[in-house]
Amino acid sequence: MSDSTTTLTAGTFDEVVNASEKPILVDFWAEWCGPCKMIAPILEEIASEQGEHIQIAKLNVDEAGDIARRFEVMSIPTLIVFDEGVPTKRIVGAKSKDALLEDLSEFI
Amino acid sequence: MSEHKEVVIIGSGPAGLTAAIYTARANLEPLVIEGEPSSTSDQPGGQLMLTTDVENYPGFPSGIMGPELMSNFRAQAERFGAELLTKKVTRVNLHTSPFEVWVGDPSSNEPTFTAESIIVSTGAKALMLNLPKEIELVGHGISTCATCDGFFFKDQEIAVVGGGDSAIEEAMFLSRFASKVTIIHRRDQLRASKIMQDRAFANPKIKFLWNHQVTEYIGDTKLEGVKVQNVTHQTESTLNISGLFIAIGHTPNTSIFEGQLSLHENGYIKTESDSSRTNIDGVFACGDVQDFTYRQAITAAGSGCMAAIDAERWLEEQHAG
Repeated sequence: MSDSTTTLTAGTFDEVVNASEKPILVDFWAEWCGPCKMIAPILEEIASEQGEHIQIAKLNVDEAGDIARRFEVMSIPTLIVFDEGVPTKRIVGAKSKDALLEDLSEFI
Repeated sequence: MSEHKEVVIIGSGPAGLTAAIYTARANLEPLVIEGEPSSTSDQPGGQLMLTTDVENYPGFPSGIMGPELMSNFRAQAERFGAELLTKKVTRVNLHTSPFEVWVGDPSSNEPTFTAESIIVSTGAKALMLNLPKEIELVGHGISTCATCDGFFFKDQEIAVVGGGDSAIEEAMFLSRFASKVTIIHRRDQLRASKIMQDRAFANPKIKFLWNHQVTEYIGDTKLEGVKVQNVTHQTESTLNISGLFIAIGHTPNTSIFEGQLSLHENGYIKTESDSSRTNIDGVFACGDVQDFTYRQAITAAGSGCMAAIDAERWLEEQHAG
């Protein structure tokens, strides 16, 4: 785990997301999900390259199922960008880095 | 400037990575263009990235997780010096020597790579039903990846479409979470192997809807049900489900080779018998992209080894001549 991504838990999720001064992208993932593993290194890269514009965080849905349900996550990986605590963008499914950066262009 | 390679391998499932291990060990310094991450289409690592337990791959007596198996293949290829590029090939020109390969913008004049030989192992991807609203509902109840999404259907009623091994495997996996899994199949019997059928019939959570096909998705922002039609009597009914998993078969990833490589009518690449040779000298094909009969990880890996040896011998002949 690199220093540039933040690991959220059910206990810290609300506090971190609401307090974030930058938009924060939360990656809803799990250990058993192949596509989640495919995009993990891409998110690490985006975290270190775009860290001044957007914070990248990870939430393990096995440990935080209630939060996944609260945001009606039905498929992982799901990436939700929260701006001032409000979910403003939702990306479902694994994608290439270029496609992800395009989806996130309004934030970076 | 295009970069020149002895061997370019397109695709990174069991076939492509086995070809990479063998050609790397033959000092051919292969480049593997492994594809781009996706949950719905082809992706690096191939179809096993969307599975959980692989129980029939020899050498793993207690089974292994699909993504872990592929990550082992990848590490083994890298150990012998294979170069891996996480991009998608957008265009090839096989009517020139050396062959030309583009990643990124296909309209660029200059190819990204030139290659003495090419091993095609682009695999196959899951077919969809192609009904209205399908794309919008993927990730909102419609899924092509039981292992990714099954967890979210705890205690809910869901369905699987299809009757082959992958449909039954998905249904078995989903029955760990869902309260009821209905298998919707347009025939009155399964194509799946006997062992999978026996397991499915013995599973109290799995029910069968024989001779039916899905005709319509119900729900706008998330799936609420499907309309199904009896294929013999044409009668319609509604099935209230929150999740639908599609496992109706595969289509080969051959669109970039159309008009260049000889394809079967169903789109799979034609190879010479007992060989990985295609209609173009120096281009070899292996794995599911040329196999619509066996389609197993082990047969894909075996054919990847064949392609590597065929390519190695072919390159030797060229350099000798």
